[in-house]
Amino acid sequence: MTFHPKMDYAAGHHQSQRRQPQDDGMPFAFTGEHRARLEEIAARYPPEHRRSAILPALYLVQRQKGFIPLNAIPHVAEVIGCTAAEVEDVVSFYTMYYTRPMGQYVLQVCRTLPCALRGAERVTAELAGALGVEVGATDASGTFSLLEVECLGACDRAPVVMVNDAWHECLAPEDARALVDRLRADGEAAVSGCHHKVEK
Amino acid sequence: MDPVLIGGVREPDSASLDFYRRRRQGYEAIGTALAQTPDQIVETVKRSGLRGRGGAGFPTGLKWQFVDRKSDKPRYIACNADESEPGTFKDHLLMERNPHLLIEGCLIACHAIGAKVAYIYIRGEFLHVQDVLERAIEEAYAAGYIGRNILGTGFDCDVYVHRGAGAYEAGEETALLESLEGKRAQPRLKPPFPASWGLYGCPTAVNNVETLCNVPLIFLKGVDWYTALGPEKNGGPKLYCVSGHVARPGVYEATMKTTLRELIYDYAGGVPDGRQLKAVIPGGSSVPILLPDQLDVEASFDGISRAGSLLGSAAIIAMDDSTCMVWAALNLLHFYRHESCGKCTPCREGTDWLFKILRKIEQGDGELRDIALLENVAGLITGKTLCAFGDAAATPALTTIKHFRGEFEAHVREGRCPVGAPWRAGTPAVSAH
Repeated sequence: MTFHPKMDYAAGHHQSQRRQPQDDGMPFAFTGEHRARLEEIAARYPPEHRRSAILPALYLVQRQKGFIPLNAIPHVAEVIGCTAAEVEDVVSFYTMYYTRPMGQYVLQVCRTLPCALRGAERVTAELAGALGVEVGATDASGTFSLLEVECLGACDRAPVVMVNDAWHECLAPEDARALVDRLRADGEAAVSGCHHKVEK
Repeated sequence: MDPVLIGGVREPDSASLDFYRRRRQGYEAIGTALAQTPDQIVETVKRSGLRGRGGAGFPTGLKWQFVDRKSDKPRYIACNADESEPGTFKDHLLMERNPHLLIEGCLIACHAIGAKVAYIYIRGEFLHVQDVLERAIEEAYAAGYIGRNILGTGFDCDVYVHRGAGAYEAGEETALLESLEGKRAQPRLKPPFPASWGLYGCPTAVNNVETLCNVPLIFLKGVDWYTALGPEKNGGPKLYCVSGHVARPGVYEATMKTTLRELIYDYAGGVPDGRQLKAVIPGGSSVPILLPDQLDVEASFDGISRAGSLLGSAAIIAMDDSTCMVWAALNLLHFYRHESCGKCTPCREGTDWLFKILRKIEQGDGELRDIALLENVAGLITGKTLCAFGDAAATPALTTIKHFRGEFEAHVREGRCPVGAPWRAGTPAVSAH
């Protein structure tokens, strides 16, 4: 739909189609461990406001499955005691919930101004070249996904790349390919981690 | 001055309870504060002149005074640790290296407004910071600083961390509360303000991390010490985040008597590689640009405001003369377009329009009338949204046109970007920095 001959109306907003959870055809239920962890977290909120635990519950789904499959939504709703629509509302809004399967390593390059001023565009280009994928895609083997993200809040260590939940800071464009090589060889151990390790 | 917020943060055990007690007089302020009545605490914080460090600079004591204490509902402290304003990374450092200071601040704030629970809303990407913070909370529980009957005074208080999931808008106080309630991070219509209708419809004070970290220092070192540090109404220590084209990007603690020029040139080492400074964003991506000849102002709330911008979150982004300002605006509009929560039409649609028009100009396909269209669309967003996001999103477009109109026109005239930064993809030279 468009209200102006030259502009797409809301075409880009939140890519709502792409944030629709994918059906992996598998039934979903929390493992005993994750279910117990969820109850521990839910106890932090007043019992009549259990809905506050939706965000943590979805993180547990993601830990269990690697993304939020469609069948997890009614299960989370049942465990929390809310409607499936309320859960899906949350899933489709927040960018850290993956709605489709991702690679074993998700590389997220910060693209916002302070990182961009220090070469983030080149980091992305180098990583895309090394992995042979476009931004937003996963390689054929399902090992690497490459994403761009908005400001990560570590602009003094620009450019910053997140590898799954770990951070890799001060990544110069010319070192980007070496990071991929080290990830291939050493796995998670290749990631430099938090501020402490890169600080001079 | 010796840094009091981030002093000692480079030492490996700086996040531990032992370090906090031994080196920072940790948890001495809570003893002083618990001996006072909530009214006395609010009065002390008001006299200190502490202003919110999250961006708005609202007096913290006043915010606490507004919390409805006659209500029979529970009251809450919500700590805003959703640090997402581009260029801001001070709360990151505070929580990662001095987490007990934040915990002590939360406890004093709870006592001041009569809350029994503080929720620290931390952005989802800060998982490594959250781990540090949760370890610190465990230590504080074990030592009896959090929990039941704290220090034998009968004061009960819990502190919990709530993890966000990737949404800039969650840094807006009412959107933060929505997210804490397990909903989309979208702002509420105000009034009612959180002080009367906040988390779960209960009276709530939402305070930034650095703000709460200032509170124990006021009780530890006194109001007179605190106010004397800075210019009038801009007291206390301040953290500045300096990033972009400077030799030593980082978090610097200084008083608000320090000028922007000192922060960029003396603290952060100035612009490297023999380049010249072109533009400075003094308070995070949402505030107007200042030019190199406008930097001799106190980096205080009032000083930067007099210079025509805002201190905001004290995120100073320096750009040298290799930066294309159309591209800079485009980069920031990509951010705002992506992060608009979608609730208000002017912002949701307007950021998309601004982004597309800027992209067209930046790629060399623009016409002169597109510059006027940018101003028109930006004007249709400002003041027409529920929260300040709309105004923030319009600012990068308006401020770059105001100061660098010639650069916009050159893009149209030459049909290409005339600047060609060496650190961008697709340009021949290798990263200069």
